Amino acid sequence: MDAIPKRRRPGQPEPNMPDLAAARRSFTWDEARRWLDGLPGGGGLNIAHEAVDRHAHGPRAGHVAIRWLARGGAIEDVTYAELAERTSRFAGALAALGVGRGDVVFGLAHRTPALHVAALGTLKHRAVFAPLFSAFGPEPIAARMTIGRGRVLVTTASLYEKKVAPVRERLTTLEHVLVIDDGRWPAVAGAPGVHRLDDLLAAAPPTYGIGPTDPEDLALLHFTSGTTGKPKGAMHVHAAVIAHHATGRLALDLHADDVFWCTADPGWVTGTSYGIISPLTCGVTVVVDEAEFAADRWYRILAEQRVTVWYTAPTAIRMLMKAGAGMAAGADLSALRFTASVGEPLNPEGVRWGQEVFGLPFHDNWWQSETGGIMIGNVAALDVRPGSMGQPLPGVEAGIVRVADDGTVTEITEPGVDGELALRPGWPSMFRGYLGEEARYRACFAGGWYRTGDLARRDADGYYWFVGRADDVIKSSGHLIGPFEVESALLEHPAVAEAAVIGLPHPVAGEVVKAYVALRPGHEPTEALRSELLGFARKRLGPAVAPREIELVRELPRTRSGKLMRRLLKARALGLPEGDTSTLEGGGA
Amino acid sequence: MSHDVLPEIYAALRQVAPEIDPAAIDPGAVLVESLDLDSMDFVNFLEALSDRVGVDIPEADYPKVQTLDQIVRYVTAAPGR
Repeated sequence: MDAIPKRRRPGQPEPNMPDLAAARRSFTWDEARRWLDGLPGGGGLNIAHEAVDRHAHGPRAGHVAIRWLARGGAIEDVTYAELAERTSRFAGALAALGVGRGDVVFGLAHRTPALHVAALGTLKHRAVFAPLFSAFGPEPIAARMTIGRGRVLVTTASLYEKKVAPVRERLTTLEHVLVIDDGRWPAVAGAPGVHRLDDLLAAAPPTYGIGPTDPEDLALLHFTSGTTGKPKGAMHVHAAVIAHHATGRLALDLHADDVFWCTADPGWVTGTSYGIISPLTCGVTVVVDEAEFAADRWYRILAEQRVTVWYTAPTAIRMLMKAGAGMAAGADLSALRFTASVGEPLNPEGVRWGQEVFGLPFHDNWWQSETGGIMIGNVAALDVRPGSMGQPLPGVEAGIVRVADDGTVTEITEPGVDGELALRPGWPSMFRGYLGEEARYRACFAGGWYRTGDLARRDADGYYWFVGRADDVIKSSGHLIGPFEVESALLEHPAVAEAAVIGLPHPVAGEVVKAYVALRPGHEPTEALRSELLGFARKRLGPAVAPREIELVRELPRTRSGKLMRRLLKARALGLPEGDTSTLEGGGA
Repeated sequence: MSHDVLPEIYAALRQVAPEIDPAAIDPGAVLVESLDLDSMDFVNFLEALSDRVGVDIPEADYPKVQTLDQIVRYVTAAPGR
């Protein structure tokens, strides 16, 4: 595969990291810590101070922090000074409600500045912010809020009505619901513990002194999925901001005057780490688009907002490719300097398409909820190898390992051999645990490595290439979906005896969720029932998690010990020989 | 003419999101927002509709088919119908 060399256009700034190899030799996380200010008077390290207050109290106070593009076409600019005031009011509102340090505040909202204010205000108050995706249905919301013991929820009146009210009684730890009034406030005003957010903010003081924050204080809770069991809450601390900031500069090449658009929703880890925290610590202008994907709208945003750095995802890129390059023809995309992609591997066609349409290759990079920030990437100074995730960033030691049945880990040093991608622990945004699940956390580490669960290989030049997942987790539109969560929802239906859920390859989404369902005696496999089950699952799980396809089957393949053989179902669905599922199994892992 | 298009639209919606109650759809509301559909649901719905009514709906026209009213108008006005 031919590498795409880099050419700097006249007038463009020098990359922050002109030489990756040299940076890897000299970089230390202690040095990256010194790129930040720390709380005044040696008060520690707080994400919100680095992202907001330090700019608001300096020469960047009047710089636009967030440029919000509303669905209907309105534009709202929020400067760093204004963001400091709003987040202070939010922190003060939490204080007034008696919310304490370490309490968990969940966020469930569409992409509006109110969500950014809630996240950063929570961090100012030294409470813990846990994002939820607004396309989740009531079940994924209830599961995560129960595990996280959420005391506060910030949401819109409409989302509360649709997705929280049906499960409200199960949310026993939830005391306060801070409602963003989207016109539906009267409909929820009588619900237990609800407050109109605007009223609380108006009543709170415009300044807030951030208390001493230990860099190891819990800051963020990001939920992710495994093959089995409930969702896992990956815990991150305030020190993660060192990595958020450093990777913003080194992997995304953020410069202070950039206009940055991260298209990920803040309901997921990418939208929090790189839609909120990282770019704001760099003092840039962050574009936030409220609307859903539409190719024409996206080109218009890139052109009209003069976006310079764009961080998006393979599913979106493939949808743009499908819409055709003609749609980009009228748009002035000359401001763009750096384009990056994350969520799942971007096919080489997508990387090259970027080169054709934008004159820039997409820089794929790799990380996950547990790593908190970008670990491996195609960076500005490096030729892009289409299809590769790039090379480890400074401060990151990656390896390909083989894990034996007895748990012994051996590093594979020769190039081109498949194994499990592993990282040496110690970077600041590494997760500090799965909330309440010490055993699952410990199981991620072996032989001095953090095991990522991704299979990969490294080529002779040090570029990493994604091979597949070591487990049955599904990756749809860049989001991890745990089959167990989907199967559990289906099993709630009285007609369902058993269910197995797999990911099927899909040209745009990477994978889509497909469920196989065996019925209880007395139920006929009719189209009406299949449709009912689809609606049943969607109502509970929401479109982000629910299956797109359901097939009714007589029985599901299980091992002798009763374990679902999802890989066999997948082999059948893909038309692979059933006896040969080696390509689907965990390889060396 | 909309009377023969509507049932096809509902049927296409049901294929993708059977939980939706057609009677509850606000004809002027953006479907993706009001019905809790995501981008893939929307594309799947338009493809299903396109198959049902025999009208091609290219992606460039997606901005013109955001609401139920708009979809009815678009399909009804399509050449060959």
